[in-house]
Amino acid sequence: MRFRLLFAGIAAAILATVLACSKAGTGNEILVGEYGSLTGGIATFGISTRDGSQQAFDEINQAGGVLGKKIRMLVEDDQSKPEEVGTIVTKLINQRHVVAMLGHVASSYSLAAAPICQANKVPMITPSSTNPRVTQIGDYIFRVCFMDNFQGAVMAKFAADTLKAKKVAILVDIRNDYSVGLQAVFREQFKRRGGTIVAEQSFSQGDSDFHAQLTQIKSTNPDAIYVPGYYTEVGTVAHQAKELGLMAPLLGGDGWDSPKLWEIGGEALNGCYFSNHYSTDDPSPIVQKFVQDYKKRYNNQLPDALAALAYDAAKILADAMTRAGSTDGGKVRDAIAATKDYQGVTGTITIGSDRNAVKPAKILKVENGKYLLVETIAPEAVKL
Amino acid sequence: MTTFLQQLVNGLSLGSIYALIALGYTMVYGVLRLINFAHGDVYMVGAYVGYYLSRRLQGKEPSLPNAILVMLGAMAACAIFGLLIERLAYRPVRRASRLTLLITAIGVSLFIENAAQLVFGPDPKFFPSLAPHAEFMVAGVRLTSEQITVIVVSFMLMILLRFFIQKTRTGKAMRAVSFNLDAAKLMGISTDRIIATTFAVGSALAAAAGVLIGMQIPKIDPLMGILYGLKAFVAAVLGGIGNVPGAVLGGLLIGTSEVMVVGYLSSTYRDAIAFGILILVLILRPQGILGRVTKEKV
Amino acid sequence: MKGALWAAGFVGVLLLLNGLFTGTLVPGVAMPPYVLQVLCLAGINVILAVSLNLINGFTGQFSIGHAGFMAIGAYASAYVTVAWGDRFRAATGFLPEFARDGALLLFALAVGALLAAVAGFFVGVPSLRLRGDYLAIVTLGFGEIIRVFILNIDAVGGARGYSGIPKLANFFWIYLFAGITVLVVSRTVNSSFGRTLIAIREDEIAAEAMGVDTTRSKVVSFVLSSAMAGVGGGLFGHYLMYLHTNSFTFIKSIEIIIMIVIGGLGSITGSVLGAVLYIALTEGLREFSQYRMVLFSLLLVIIMIVRPQGILGHHEFRELFGRRRRAPVDPAPLPPAPGS
Repeated sequence: MRFRLLFAGIAAAILATVLACSKAGTGNEILVGEYGSLTGGIATFGISTRDGSQQAFDEINQAGGVLGKKIRMLVEDDQSKPEEVGTIVTKLINQRHVVAMLGHVASSYSLAAAPICQANKVPMITPSSTNPRVTQIGDYIFRVCFMDNFQGAVMAKFAADTLKAKKVAILVDIRNDYSVGLQAVFREQFKRRGGTIVAEQSFSQGDSDFHAQLTQIKSTNPDAIYVPGYYTEVGTVAHQAKELGLMAPLLGGDGWDSPKLWEIGGEALNGCYFSNHYSTDDPSPIVQKFVQDYKKRYNNQLPDALAALAYDAAKILADAMTRAGSTDGGKVRDAIAATKDYQGVTGTITIGSDRNAVKPAKILKVENGKYLLVETIAPEAVKL
Repeated sequence: MTTFLQQLVNGLSLGSIYALIALGYTMVYGVLRLINFAHGDVYMVGAYVGYYLSRRLQGKEPSLPNAILVMLGAMAACAIFGLLIERLAYRPVRRASRLTLLITAIGVSLFIENAAQLVFGPDPKFFPSLAPHAEFMVAGVRLTSEQITVIVVSFMLMILLRFFIQKTRTGKAMRAVSFNLDAAKLMGISTDRIIATTFAVGSALAAAAGVLIGMQIPKIDPLMGILYGLKAFVAAVLGGIGNVPGAVLGGLLIGTSEVMVVGYLSSTYRDAIAFGILILVLILRPQGILGRVTKEKV
Repeated sequence: MKGALWAAGFVGVLLLLNGLFTGTLVPGVAMPPYVLQVLCLAGINVILAVSLNLINGFTGQFSIGHAGFMAIGAYASAYVTVAWGDRFRAATGFLPEFARDGALLLFALAVGALLAAVAGFFVGVPSLRLRGDYLAIVTLGFGEIIRVFILNIDAVGGARGYSGIPKLANFFWIYLFAGITVLVVSRTVNSSFGRTLIAIREDEIAAEAMGVDTTRSKVVSFVLSSAMAGVGGGLFGHYLMYLHTNSFTFIKSIEIIIMIVIGGLGSITGSVLGAVLYIALTEGLREFSQYRMVLFSLLLVIIMIVRPQGILGHHEFRELFGRRRRAPVDPAPLPPAPGS
């Protein structure tokens, strides 16, 4: 018995000594938490998001900050591991005392973090999680992008009406809620437009060998293949599909949007299409200014949709704080919920009563390393 | 029918890779009775060495001589790497209990994986094209030059290995050591050198597999060795651990069944199938297909 | 009588500490939530490490599948709470509010432990017939199969994880069960059954020759160990409020192995020490998290080469306090040879 108590004491002592003291922000700063995957299989998402938000906050700080204070963004990496999300979000809220949270790109991770933010009454804005369930977690959770029940319909419409495809095969990432949700919507919408789904194959995020699935798909002779996954797998799929002589174009969603997509898939991706939140081709002055500033800041890199959405999310958060006149969680939450007709890089953003944004989607075509804007589809257009 | 044949080709090419890796496991187990957990990671290092070598040679057109150079380079580098592992980590504990050996192997494997993540970066990398791409149609089945290369090179290496083990003195010594280490020592065989050679040869084969997989599926990452290594180990057990032709048979069987399950059933069970086979083998026929039952003497 | 007094004292101290740490006892005085979280995770690790040591350290059967049983316990107990929690609360309406949560937790943990034990039985029976290295791989395989199986059950979240688990576990419950685990394993090891297990570890064939039913003993030890892992898993889920199968891969099993190897395979206090050290180092080195596993794996190899028995080897801490525990099967020294 004695040794157990002794051990409890020693343990507590060890822990006390190795812990960093909580660094609360200095009085002159507003601390905002950002959690993302900076390393691992979806690293470019996390890096783009962080860079987009950082650019927004820097611009705001240069213009004087919010409520007279500068905003400091504290970034934590979950290493593409959803089980790490809980720990880092708790740390940001409890140890670093952030007043608001930005993140995550991937819906699974947002779904892990949202309950924690909701329970602690810390407003959370996800820049690009498209799974509908994320904002259903609670009234402190918001998003500034469209959802998958819209995105799936967009590609179904494009495939049926523009590409005139009749038979489509689906290759879904079954370990990924985003992918599963998206293909379910696509399938339903495509069938309602008179198309048929000729094959359904699956893979898991992290897989690298798709020969078996692609061989099965090839035998059904589809007009197109819907692959709503993330860029690493999609690029590899494209590469192997061409190798097997599968010529049908690949279709996908915003999970394709990464500068690495072309690096991985190469010429195999020519003639493929994906739905996205914005396009660098968009002539609107807001978009072009953002693109130019981003290129100047970040080594001539073009901002992808995640960076653009993160930029908008950060700006909307700051705007909400200004409108609320305070950084109190409840007041900021109400201000975010009241966001109306905000002119963002990714479109005009109004936060609805379900805490989601309603925006049009862009269809991009992959051509020789560039993603070209082909069509814009508004929410009204997909109604059947 | 053509789809089935196509899947068979896919399976053979994947299976050849498993076979190459399984050979390393089986040889090391034969001489040391040790499951070298780190073997899968040697395969990964081979792929990365191949990657960096082929990047060096890039700029020029993908060509056959370049490909061979990359392959040999990776094999040589990993042979040395295997020697290092044996010398630094396994030799000091060779006389210790089996448990200690097992834990050491796990530790080495973890170390290589995590060090690789630090050194190479955790994000996946993509193998550049090594040899010119070509396609052939045979009986309605499409064979890519990559698949043919994998199958042909693997078989060449396996035949070379068989020749080495059966016809050379060192090979004979290896067989003696796997039969009975102490007796071999008494017969004047330098067991330390033979064990080192075994590691070197096994590692070289794993490296070859790494380069081949880089050609087939361009994606490589620091943790690729874990799953491939485990499945190759299952292949070695399936064929009869310690048995060289068994490892080849096991590899091809595992590769083909994996492809068939993914193609005709569902990809969810892709990894589970290997473990399922392992459990069945160990329960029903633990000596494997080609293995012999050895009685444990007290 | 003495035992009951000790137990009551222990429970009382835990309640006191829990109140102090969570700020419910003395208003304004609380432990920083992050520190409390680390402390609680350490407690869960203790449960996992000590239970694994029963089978790996004391029975000598090297299993790398512990995470699988932890997962079963975690998901099963979480499901009970999420799916049947309301009905349970209604049924136990006669209990006061705070007791109802405790009762629900106990019920959920019991279900989790039971299912984990059943799984332990079905995994143990075929696997424990195998020898060292094979046993390791087969248990690893089973652990992965369990994980993939759970991953495909949509009712518990599948790939997006299981969220919405109420936070029923706290410092008190976690350390209560840690104490129970240590007690159970310690009592088991010091009983005649425990000596059977140690005999199996030292020389299985000799034990069999002495009339020990080795298979039955191994399976019992395995089932007990799995049940406790299930409890650990259940507490894990009810503390973090979120479960994802990625937390239960073989890497997790190996982490627990690292804990018991560092502490000493044949020592319960060693496992406790190993568990605490592991979590302390993990959190302390969070800044350098990419070097963490490199360091741990290097440490593992070095320990195997330099001091394979770990920090405490076969000793228990209480030996330092004078009370000598009966040593495990130590061969008696041979009498001097005649003529020397």
